Amino acid sequence: MEKTQNNKAWFLVLPVLVLVAFSAVIPLMTVVNYAFNDTFGKNEFFWNGMGWFEEMVQSDRLHAALGRQVLFTAIILAIEVPLGIFVALNMPKKGFWASFVLVLMALPLLVPFNVVGTIWQIFCRVDIGLLGHTLAALGIDYNYTNNATDAWATIIVMDVWHWTSLVALLSYAGLQSIPEAYYQAARIDQASRWSIFRYIELPKMAGVLLIAVLLRFMDSFMIYTEPFVVTGGGPGNATTFLSIDLVKMAIGQFDLGPAAAFSLMYFLVILLVSWVFYTVMVTLDKQETK
Amino acid sequence: MAQITLSNLAHSYLANPTKDADFALKQMDHVWQDGGAYALLGASGCGKTTLLNIISGLLRPSQGRVLFGEQDVTTAPTAERNIAQVFQFPVVYDTMTVRENLAFPLRNRGMDAGYIAGRVNQIAQMIGMESTLDRKARGLTADAKQKISLGRGMVREDVNAILFDEPLTVIDPHMKWELRTQLKSLHREFGHTMIYVTHDQTEALTFADKVVVLHEGRVVQMGTPEALFETPEHTFVGYFIGSPGMNLLAAEVKGDHAMVAGNALPLGAAYGTPQGRIQIGIRPEYAQMTAGEGLPARINRVEDVGRHRIIRADVAGTPISVIQPEGQPIDASLTHVRFAPEKINVYVDDWRLQGSAI
Repeated sequence: MEKTQNNKAWFLVLPVLVLVAFSAVIPLMTVVNYAFNDTFGKNEFFWNGMGWFEEMVQSDRLHAALGRQVLFTAIILAIEVPLGIFVALNMPKKGFWASFVLVLMALPLLVPFNVVGTIWQIFCRVDIGLLGHTLAALGIDYNYTNNATDAWATIIVMDVWHWTSLVALLSYAGLQSIPEAYYQAARIDQASRWSIFRYIELPKMAGVLLIAVLLRFMDSFMIYTEPFVVTGGGPGNATTFLSIDLVKMAIGQFDLGPAAAFSLMYFLVILLVSWVFYTVMVTLDKQETK
Repeated sequence: MAQITLSNLAHSYLANPTKDADFALKQMDHVWQDGGAYALLGASGCGKTTLLNIISGLLRPSQGRVLFGEQDVTTAPTAERNIAQVFQFPVVYDTMTVRENLAFPLRNRGMDAGYIAGRVNQIAQMIGMESTLDRKARGLTADAKQKISLGRGMVREDVNAILFDEPLTVIDPHMKWELRTQLKSLHREFGHTMIYVTHDQTEALTFADKVVVLHEGRVVQMGTPEALFETPEHTFVGYFIGSPGMNLLAAEVKGDHAMVAGNALPLGAAYGTPQGRIQIGIRPEYAQMTAGEGLPARINRVEDVGRHRIIRADVAGTPISVIQPEGQPIDASLTHVRFAPEKINVYVDDWRLQGSAI
């Protein structure tokens, strides 16, 4: 029987297309619309071209927020990735304790973001919080509401608490896939602990580790809820990261034009970095199968 | 290099083994002579790998001792035993080049660079990988990777023994032959004690001077390939080795005659009147279909395997195999099977009974 040639199957994706149009494309286009227009209300729009973009690119406020954002992401990656690997290496490999530790590790990942923020907000309060009060009682001058360093430390510790598990669990999965024979061969070859890590464990973990770094990069670069709940971006603007600044601009000041231009650039930056990661990953994969 | 002695050795994977069946390795005493090429043969799950891992120190035995020469190494870690081991599936260090892979065991032992370079080239030549020495190991095929594993196993000259755990499972058939030959010439050249685990009888018989047959955690026979073929000490050896395996028939034995299903059969030796479960064993190679001599047998089918034909028949309900010599016609006139009397072995409760000359 001859196969009929037509493209009618195309219609099968129509429902999804409509759905995505309403859930993503049309809202995004609204943002694009705001980014290129100016308005003085009454739903009247005036073409502004690249005006908002130029203003945003030159904005000191945005530069400062970006700087804080990059610093924050760099710090938490520098802590969470090595710590996650270290935890994974020391997790029990089988038996009751393996399951127990897995559940324990997964717990922080299951807590809703705003709840994490609330937990730490209260935990660190100097008047009633367990940690804050204890530190104060020990004579340490700690107060995240008026000291920028304390605020940063609080948010970083909170993020490490919340997300190191993810890196650890992914690394653990990578480690579990290493056959026992590799360790036996290494013992016979008299490899040192460091060599075993460097030549057996790390190469086997590389794939999942890259995914972990990508996820942690994207997530931390977009972080909003937890610092918003704990510090609200303060003291001053000390913990005002990109998305907090964006929300302040869009909903606080109702500067929809600049905020729209800002969010488009924000989106493109994350897309760009994710694309770079993806490309690196695929190249590594190719090397492996070559 | 040293003689390896297993004394009173047994191993169980359970914490508190009580009955015999709890033991993966039943109690055994065994000596591996210095410089011997041994094959450890047995079905899957019979304890071959367990035994190998005990010798290399990856596993601590539940009881008994392991001696290298006079030295007790039962509790010594792998590194101190100076053993090389090659595993069933290729183990290579992916991020290293082939050269670094081969040099790794030497470098970890702090050998000097000149010696390492020379030795690595020598091994590379042996496994035929000189041209790929500078490639990363990760991209290589499974059999190239396994060759690297073999090379890494052999790169040290001073090892006490080299253990092979079914190393050729993933290798192409023609390459298998070549590598086996190389292992053998290597053995002649350096005289390392080699223990080669396999479930493939051809591999065992071609590689080893002595074959050790393991069955349900017990050494049932150690001997030359010829001895395993002619006089299997245990019925397991009889049917595990040979293709097809030995025919076993329930019988009653009295002196130099056996009664099989009411028919008398002459034996090559005298056995008295043994008690227990008596079986006679005869290799298909030493059986022959005849037109009237021997036991009545019914042919069920004939398999042509190229070199010869295998006749599947039954004697009073017991299936047997007969290898019919080439050029002999097979037809309906073949109603009996004749066993060469001097090739018949007698088994009592699965163990071979030594007969006395008639």
